[in-house]
Amino acid sequence: MATGVGLLIALALLIGALLARAAARLPTDDEAEVERINALLPQTQCGQCGYPGCRPYAQALLLGTAEIDQCPPGGTATARALGELLGKRKPGPLPADAPAGVAIIDESSCIGCTRCIEVCPVDAIIGAATFSHTVIAADCTGCELCIPVCPVDCIRLETGSSPLPARVPA
Amino acid sequence: MAELLLIAVGAATVNNFVLVRFLGLCPLLGTSSRLDSAAGMSLATGAVLTVTAGLSWLLDHWLLIPLDLGYLRIISFILLIAGTVQLAELVIRRRHALLHRLLGMYLPLITTNCAVLGVALLNSGSAGSLAEALATGLGAGLGFALVMLLFASLRERLDSAEVPQPFRGPAIALVTAGMMSLAFLGFTGLIRV
Repeated sequence: MATGVGLLIALALLIGALLARAAARLPTDDEAEVERINALLPQTQCGQCGYPGCRPYAQALLLGTAEIDQCPPGGTATARALGELLGKRKPGPLPADAPAGVAIIDESSCIGCTRCIEVCPVDAIIGAATFSHTVIAADCTGCELCIPVCPVDCIRLETGSSPLPARVPA
Repeated sequence: MAELLLIAVGAATVNNFVLVRFLGLCPLLGTSSRLDSAAGMSLATGAVLTVTAGLSWLLDHWLLIPLDLGYLRIISFILLIAGTVQLAELVIRRRHALLHRLLGMYLPLITTNCAVLGVALLNSGSAGSLAEALATGLGAGLGFALVMLLFASLRERLDSAEVPQPFRGPAIALVTAGMMSLAFLGFTGLIRV
């Protein structure tokens, strides 16, 4: 009985030690690193960084082919967190410091097709079918994904000033 | 040497673990929808099969039998298999991240692949040498790879075939596997051991 227990414990310890040694010797775990970077990104999958989504951007960051300040939805906070995680690179001028765009729907032209609602990665557009839609300015990241899908071209991007005056008809 | 070759070929064909003994059917159905993932799975399972066949023989003959601990055979073999699979997963994850994502859950599940434990237990049941145990493991791995590659190729063709509605999906896959099993019965009598 005691030999059996001892043997199993010894076997488990031996296998554990061998695995730990193998883990230390193999090349670094890129997958886990990409996951860690990906977790810091806002997951809007908007593509404003120039990559098809957040995970590809995380991979590019790990390879060093992308800068940490390419994510407008994440803004300053994300860039700072990425800089901290990746260490070496100092954050340059950050995206949130540049004027972030906000999408504006011209409500008199909107036909209520809901296409822009479907593509909005941050659910910043509200409205229902055949009713006019509108953008929640505080949530809009200015990713422009809604602009090409609008069949009546009634969405435009405003940069800088508060979106409210633009919405009031002149 | 010729005898070892016979044992390996026998384990791969006449006593094919998947289609004749019906062990390790879960990865056969789970990872065979694409040829490249089937190839990766066969390679990983084959390596684990060979290594664990040797290691479990050593464990059995150097420790379990001298210490009269035969009743610990299954649990200690599983420990050994789990360690080997963990190592295989580690290597694939670090060196072939894409393959790791393709295989997903099926990679750690090699641990519970009955063919792996089956080979280890069958080896300890027979009074063969270490070389014979390794030959059985290698043969079983080759047999598994053979079946996986054939089956994955068939399934890739089936994807574009016009299968009657009630047979679509797993149904036709199982029917195909059954027919392959019948075909493998044709190997009976190829080798007399």
